[in-house]
Amino acid sequence: MSEPVSETLLRTPLYDLHVSLGARMVPFAGYDMPVQYPLGVLKEHLHTRAHAGLFDVSHMGQLELHGPDAANALESLVPVDVIGIPAGKQRYALFTNDAGGILDDLMIFNTGSYLHVVVNAACKTQDIAHLKKHIGNRCEIKVRDDLALLALQGPGAEAALKGIATGEVPATFMAGGRLLIAGVDCLITRSGYTGEDGFEISVPASQSEALAKALLAQPNVQPIGLGARDSLRLEAGLCLYGHDLDTTTTPVEASLTWAMQKVRRTGGERAGGFPGAGVILGQLDNPSTVKRKRVGLKPEGRAPIREGVELQDGARNKIGVVTSGGFGPTVNGPVIMAYVDAAHAAVGTQISAMLRGTPTPVTVVGMPFAPHGYKR
Amino acid sequence: MTTRYTEDHEYIKMDGDIGTVGITHFAQDKLGDLVYVEQPKVGRKLAAKEDAAIIESVKAAAEVKSPVDGEVVEVNEAVVADPSLVNTDPEGAGWFFKIKVSDAGAVAKLHDETAYKAMIA
Repeated sequence: MSEPVSETLLRTPLYDLHVSLGARMVPFAGYDMPVQYPLGVLKEHLHTRAHAGLFDVSHMGQLELHGPDAANALESLVPVDVIGIPAGKQRYALFTNDAGGILDDLMIFNTGSYLHVVVNAACKTQDIAHLKKHIGNRCEIKVRDDLALLALQGPGAEAALKGIATGEVPATFMAGGRLLIAGVDCLITRSGYTGEDGFEISVPASQSEALAKALLAQPNVQPIGLGARDSLRLEAGLCLYGHDLDTTTTPVEASLTWAMQKVRRTGGERAGGFPGAGVILGQLDNPSTVKRKRVGLKPEGRAPIREGVELQDGARNKIGVVTSGGFGPTVNGPVIMAYVDAAHAAVGTQISAMLRGTPTPVTVVGMPFAPHGYKR
Repeated sequence: MTTRYTEDHEYIKMDGDIGTVGITHFAQDKLGDLVYVEQPKVGRKLAAKEDAAIIESVKAAAEVKSPVDGEVVEVNEAVVADPSLVNTDPEGAGWFFKIKVSDAGAVAKLHDETAYKAMIA
């Protein structure tokens, strides 16, 4: 996803802070982003799992959908129960296309008066166009590029937040609301993308540096870059759009059926009615028609197996490809996400990864690789 | 003992006709935390610039090439057990392998420390 260096890179409101903290900056989705700080990827990853890490995710798109028809309208673009999201709760969703493929994955938070939506940086321009085209006449779409987004993740996140927050911190996973943090009025949800307990904090860009500094001043909070963010989400079994999800993968193939509530499935009160519903519900109703599945893989050896590596069966037929792969510092070994033909997708199936031309044994395993620390 | 450097950021530290090969501090810093090392077999004959060791960092895979022609006479098992040694002490305890150099003249043609430092400056 790296861009040509010659291209003018955008900066988040925390750019100067990253540089002052000694970050190594790299192009990512059109932004100049910190890939690591002086601590390094390995220690940043382990620090987040043990204590708390602060991530700048301001490159992601933040939108608001206003109006009485907003939830109905958004529901027409995702295979997810949006109408049923209670006030003060967040839900994971997917924009689908007419072929049942995935255009992007997103988070929807119901503030009680409007929907706050977070989309991927690389997809945000097309997501906004998609929303305007299909539901622009049904609700007001506000692009909030005046907001920054911070993620505070790890078992120490709650204590760090409580050290500077005035008011009630959201108590459970995916709960949220407004909270005064270091004197700044923020929209906060108890969520994130590391597999850990933690928070995502939407804050006015102009006050984001002061807030980030206040959080970093708490005991055991370290700044964490994109490198560790990637290994953390991979160990947590979470998909990265453009790698594990794209317009050719359906939610069923991507093993994301947990994100599709009953009410939108065949027999549900509001079944279908989203792009690609025929394909997606067809796959749900007839599992034997699903050709491939996203699975976790664990190799026998210690060599990391990376994106793009071919997977083969015992007869040397190509049966899949690695979509995310690397070293998992917490599991202390290689971790892999891949798509494999359905016949080889059962947990315990042994297949081969073609590592530098040599078939290397790997086994299909359940995910996550590192247990989730969500506060339910 | 003379030390010479390649354009690919390996060093070779000569002691008689035996050269100790590793990667420079600059290279380890660019690679990031190493998590996996696969060494060449003792006795393997290597040509100059041939891939010898395979290394993986948290970011990417890379190779350690042989700076000159020679035969592997010893490998450092310590970096296989603990690849982070390459990050913490690349030009000391984090060496990769030793080769018996075929032609001492080839070593002399590599960059000396001054030229290498100028290259990475």
